[in-house]
Amino acid sequence: MLLHTVNKSPFERHSLQSCLRFAQAGSSILLLEDGIYAAIQGTQFQPLLQEALNDKKVYALLPDLQARGLPSEKIIEGITLVDYGDFVDLVASHSATQAWL
Amino acid sequence: MSDEDMMDDEAGGGVVKKFLYVNRKAPYGTIYALESLEVVLIGAAFDQDVSLAFIDDGVYQLTKGQQTDGIGMKNFSPTYRALEMYDVEKLYVDQDSLTARGLNAEDLIVPVEVLNTTQMAELMETQDVVFSF
Repeated sequence: MLLHTVNKSPFERHSLQSCLRFAQAGSSILLLEDGIYAAIQGTQFQPLLQEALNDKKVYALLPDLQARGLPSEKIIEGITLVDYGDFVDLVASHSATQAWL
Repeated sequence: MSDEDMMDDEAGGGVVKKFLYVNRKAPYGTIYALESLEVVLIGAAFDQDVSLAFIDDGVYQLTKGQQTDGIGMKNFSPTYRALEMYDVEKLYVDQDSLTARGLNAEDLIVPVEVLNTTQMAELMETQDVVFSF
């Protein structure tokens, strides 16, 4: 299955919505850089993320959360926090990576 | 894939991988569309199984009637018609992206296959390598 990455804020770009439209059940989505703003509880995108969590794995890159002062307690339940080493493992364990720029 | 792998494949006449180029940006406003086209042409030289997908504002790359004289940039839209000569013949366009922009396949400068969301998702999952622009 594909690893999808999203590195743009959902408030500024449409990348997350497009990613979620095309990502198949069983695939993985990694939120990084400004993409991590979609992982926060209480935004307008939370329902979209929660729907995705029903049949996809969602990850968020912890160093990007920390850099932006976002405490990990504010992350939507079900999203897995990862570090750079995990990022490499995710890339290696999927058939290909699709970056939603 | 490393350069060395590429050389080996070429020398052995060997492994053909499925390459998908996903285009999601309008032309001229940013350099993404032109850069994608450049990479497609380079990739075509390695005899790989190449497909192009146009999603979101990427569909604007293919619209007819582009005239760039006034902005001092090269109109690269005719290049999409030349891709056939490089054996790049699989161009796929997202139906919803066209519809959202009031476009249909007749508005595009080159014949394409229009796919629904499910078909496009399946196309993506079958690839060995995805290049995103």
